[in-house]
Amino acid sequence: MAWLLLFFVVPMVYLAKMSLEQGFFPLFTFSWAWSNFSDAVSAYRPQFVRSIEYAGIATAVALAISYPLAYWIAFRGGRWKNLFLLLVIAPFFVTYLIRTLAWETILSDNGVVVGLLRDVHILGADGRLLATSAAVIAGITYNFLPFMVLPLYVSLEQVDPRLIEAASDLYANRVVSFARVTLPLSLPGVFAGVLLTFIPAAGDFINAQLLGTPRQYMIGNVIQSQFLSLRNYPTAAALSFVLMGSILVLVMIFARSLGTDRLTGAGA
Amino acid sequence: MSEHLTRGDFLRRAAAGGSILTVPGLLAACGGSSGTKGAATTAAASRTLPKTIVWSNWPLYIDVNDKTKAHPSLAQFEKKFGVNVRYIEDINDNDSFFGKIEGPLSQGQSVDRDVIVLTDASGLPARMIELGWLEKLNKSAIPNMKNLESVQQHPGWDPNREYSLPWQSGMTGIGYDPAKVGGEINSVTELLTNPKLKGKVTLLTEFGDTMGLVMAANGDDPSKVTPAAFDRAEKMIKKAVDSGQVRQFTGNDYAPLLAKGDVWACFAWSGDMVQLQADHPGLKWVLPKTGGMIWTDNMLIPKGGNAYGASVLMNWFYQPQIMAEVEDYVNYLSPVVGTAKALEKKDPAVAKNPLIFPTKAMLANVHQIDAKAVNNPKYKQRFQKLIGG
Repeated sequence: MAWLLLFFVVPMVYLAKMSLEQGFFPLFTFSWAWSNFSDAVSAYRPQFVRSIEYAGIATAVALAISYPLAYWIAFRGGRWKNLFLLLVIAPFFVTYLIRTLAWETILSDNGVVVGLLRDVHILGADGRLLATSAAVIAGITYNFLPFMVLPLYVSLEQVDPRLIEAASDLYANRVVSFARVTLPLSLPGVFAGVLLTFIPAAGDFINAQLLGTPRQYMIGNVIQSQFLSLRNYPTAAALSFVLMGSILVLVMIFARSLGTDRLTGAGA
Repeated sequence: MSEHLTRGDFLRRAAAGGSILTVPGLLAACGGSSGTKGAATTAAASRTLPKTIVWSNWPLYIDVNDKTKAHPSLAQFEKKFGVNVRYIEDINDNDSFFGKIEGPLSQGQSVDRDVIVLTDASGLPARMIELGWLEKLNKSAIPNMKNLESVQQHPGWDPNREYSLPWQSGMTGIGYDPAKVGGEINSVTELLTNPKLKGKVTLLTEFGDTMGLVMAANGDDPSKVTPAAFDRAEKMIKKAVDSGQVRQFTGNDYAPLLAKGDVWACFAWSGDMVQLQADHPGLKWVLPKTGGMIWTDNMLIPKGGNAYGASVLMNWFYQPQIMAEVEDYVNYLSPVVGTAKALEKKDPAVAKNPLIFPTKAMLANVHQIDAKAVNNPKYKQRFQKLIGG
């Protein structure tokens, strides 16, 4: 508890206080300046919307890729399971920035990928991938993929194969047994994976900065520059709170829609 | 010049590594204790050298012996004066470094540094003077200050150089690849509007550089920013961003993009381009015909630093032959008269390179950004919004 107080509550209170301050660096005075919030939101609405949109798409794509992958590792991995998991985590041995910079090279205007896409006329002659929304979303998806795979794997791993056998004994075909048995049992994994991907993705700024243009900048970019370049701490703090709040609301809606009782029930 | 890791390379790698904020001074090893416990040294008049001088600078911004990794110019100083210099390369960007030291300084605490190096165009040196966060130079210990280039003697934010002395300067202009662009380019307006360059142009995230170049292109004076001039420049850049002409706003990272061909033309710093040209001789750098920008990284003594020790160190580097050793490696602009002459024998190619020792005509065509405008929160906010954050 003391731990939580020291490393969570204290910084939060400090941040909250700062978000209500006024003035210019380095002289801020506390003044219940609620207008910081409304100003920040109205000035940076596009970046907010974009962050939620990009993070949402990236999470959906990551889920679509990860579920079959985790399923396959859990049920078909056999004795290679650990190796496959290691491969999923392997990119983590390289720092986040380097991985993103590598994508900058891969998606380069003169790179292999763009060349190939141009040759098959998916991209126009002067089309590009780098510095587009697609590149940013792809970067986010890639960078957070393991956070999706691992919880999915854990929950699929725990599904008792005898339950699936029982389902087929009861004349359920494979689709039905998946939909009625496997999927519901893996929902806690889906829930955890979505949270672990969506939350950091919504606050990410590296992908937008390296793979996008100012027209792709997300709220993380704004917060970063408000803190470090403009040293406008109150606005930055207010933006951080709004981001936190909106993520919290979205997570609650999400949890409700999945059904909290099922989540806790299945997790037991 | 080509075999060692250049400053630009290093910056890129450091940025990539993300974590290399505290590459320790390589010379520091020799017995360096915890540095000068500066807060105690209020006596600016003290004329005894401290045991250790602590100097924070940007990465690869001083001469390096490729074999021993030592800094010869600094080693000679240490030997001559019997002082340890703890040389720390921990400044990667003005704002972040300032963020690190502003906490202690605003509380009246020492930051355990005797010399730091910050860019005038960032507005931070001016701000630090206003806030009373800098010690005055001990000018009696810097007789070599007479070697300071005349254009550098009276900057608006420190008219008599009471608090600052230039370390290196650089020019901001247009870097481009003639093979891709298909010829010469020396106009900012063309950069921002020529449809041939659409999506292949980057500008800089530095307020002074980007706004300054555009204001000059509009016929306004970047050293005296008026609201109308700011509006015009903002409008012009916004149009270029909205139309997709501008691909990104960058720091040093335009360099690899330009080398790879993702970017064809951009706002670029002279020193980076010298280093880039070593591997990519085709690339060019010009001052726009409407004028370029010049900025200077200044040596400053943060409050609590040892002013006398720092001043003696500054004096050492204001000898042309010592600055020549630095310049031969660093390739930015020397503030010390006579540096080119001292280099002529040793490295004539560097001594004759107009990007390192610009001609009078070039120097007549560069502006300094208005420090007041840089520190104007309204302008800063609007510029930040323009570049996407």
